[in-house]
Amino acid sequence: MRNAFIDELCALARSNPHIALVVGDLGYSVVEAFEQEFPQRFFNAGVAEQNMTGLAAGLASEGFHVFTYSIANFPTFRCAEQLRNDVAYHGLPVTVVSVGGGLAYGNLGYSHHAVQDYALVRTLPGMTIAAPGCPMEVRACLRHLVRQPGPSYLRLGKAGEPALHANPPALEAGRWLRIQGPANPRRALLSTGAALAAALAWAQQPGHEDCAVYSLPLWGIAAKALQAEQIAAFNEVIALEDHLSDGGFGSWLLEAASTAGLAGRLRLRGLDAKVCGEVGSQAALNRLGGLSPG
Amino acid sequence: MKPTAFARRIRAHALRMVHGARASHIGSALSIADIVALLYAPEGGWLKVRAEDPGWPERDRFLLSKGHACVVVYAALAERGFFPVDELGTYGQDFARLMNHISHKVPGVEFSTGSLGHALPFGVGKALAAQTQGNSWRTVVLTSDGEWDEGSNWEALMFAAHHRLGSLSVIVDANGLQSLTTVDQTLRLEPLADKFKAFGAAVAEIDGHDPQALREALNRPHPHQPLVVIARTTKGKGVSFMEDSVAWHYRSPNDAQLTEALGEVGDA
Repeated sequence: MRNAFIDELCALARSNPHIALVVGDLGYSVVEAFEQEFPQRFFNAGVAEQNMTGLAAGLASEGFHVFTYSIANFPTFRCAEQLRNDVAYHGLPVTVVSVGGGLAYGNLGYSHHAVQDYALVRTLPGMTIAAPGCPMEVRACLRHLVRQPGPSYLRLGKAGEPALHANPPALEAGRWLRIQGPANPRRALLSTGAALAAALAWAQQPGHEDCAVYSLPLWGIAAKALQAEQIAAFNEVIALEDHLSDGGFGSWLLEAASTAGLAGRLRLRGLDAKVCGEVGSQAALNRLGGLSPG
Repeated sequence: MKPTAFARRIRAHALRMVHGARASHIGSALSIADIVALLYAPEGGWLKVRAEDPGWPERDRFLLSKGHACVVVYAALAERGFFPVDELGTYGQDFARLMNHISHKVPGVEFSTGSLGHALPFGVGKALAAQTQGNSWRTVVLTSDGEWDEGSNWEALMFAAHHRLGSLSVIVDANGLQSLTTVDQTLRLEPLADKFKAFGAAVAEIDGHDPQALREALNRPHPHQPLVVIARTTKGKGVSFMEDSVAWHYRSPNDAQLTEALGEVGDA
């Protein structure tokens, strides 16, 4: 996903002179392509995420669409108030990019486990969450965010996720993307972000023959309104996320379903909080947390 | 109206506003009244701004980091014609756009603050944009002294010096008081000038109640460095019973105190 990100960002920056990239001293072997091609629009803010996010907002207030880039929790929790006050409240076109969402940095320990980031970002009015499930969805998300610039959060996996679409799919915030499944599915496995791999794995499990797999790469407060009609088409919707079930994507979907009396159709399959503090590979931790099948 | 008279005018507005809203922070506002007057005075104001076109691309950008002191800025903007002076009377009312921390929804205000340590990083982004795009407008950020406890300010100053942001000027309202007691007793900042110099800024130290001194400090060339002006001020300046008092960070004047304060400020 990182390679698709930087490749697509460079492509977009060729035709859009307002795109700038500000990194928090991270991105080795990823961001150099942008730096070399657009040195006037590339800044390394150093190991200083509050300033990185504040100055990104300042740049954005003068006409730039700024992408900040860091890993795991650093561009969100470390500078949560800059994101809330400077970026989201002022409605500025800053896209916070976090690499290694979920448990991608599983072996690096709790500091690097981004399993509460949705909970933080999804409460900010005006924020678009972009959580692509494959490299083609990364490209599609970027094109959407550049076409409709605003406060946004792009969460990237780094497990070498395979492309699941032939081309970047057409995206609408809140609209589920069908990945695979039977012709008339009774149930849906709906994932966001890199949890798409877990959704595909569950679809192979016995008892899931009636499940279609969907990805929802774009969501946020404003996209809640579109959920009820999509949930209503199924007897059951299983929401998957590589994030704690507490406060994340499933909770968001549950809130949207609840207002339409559809909460009973939802099953949440996020990570149990018992993964917090455990160290291991992404696969092992996703199994321990209950996201991936045994 | 020149800065000295303008300062009297905006002090009087500020007193009436906090009295009407029973609001806090009058001491912080009076502390910066002379600075804001020099920046916004109708005659000889330092900032290039246009009331009839608040988004004029060539305007100087002013950011109030100590957003709780907003009343004097609102007063200055109203007097300059950014919005009607009568609207100052709505300050702090339910759903008013003149809320008790400075708001970007008010014409002429670039940025909302209220949490400290936010405006300097934002201003650094603006100055960086100006430098990248070859624009000549200036960015001026007014901070308190206590908010230099915040690491984000030092991060931002380091970045500004590294990137040689000469269009950025920071004014520190150094009144020596913060929320509970003096700056010295809270978290010692001195030697402040040496710290700013060590971070790579050009530094000037002035009497923050002397508009001419501030003008000279801001006019001093600093082409490849951010400028930090340490403006030594008195919290509550201009009203004897509010001066140098932590209590007037919080209290709002009663009717008698308002009358007495307006008399001392002496706005015609």
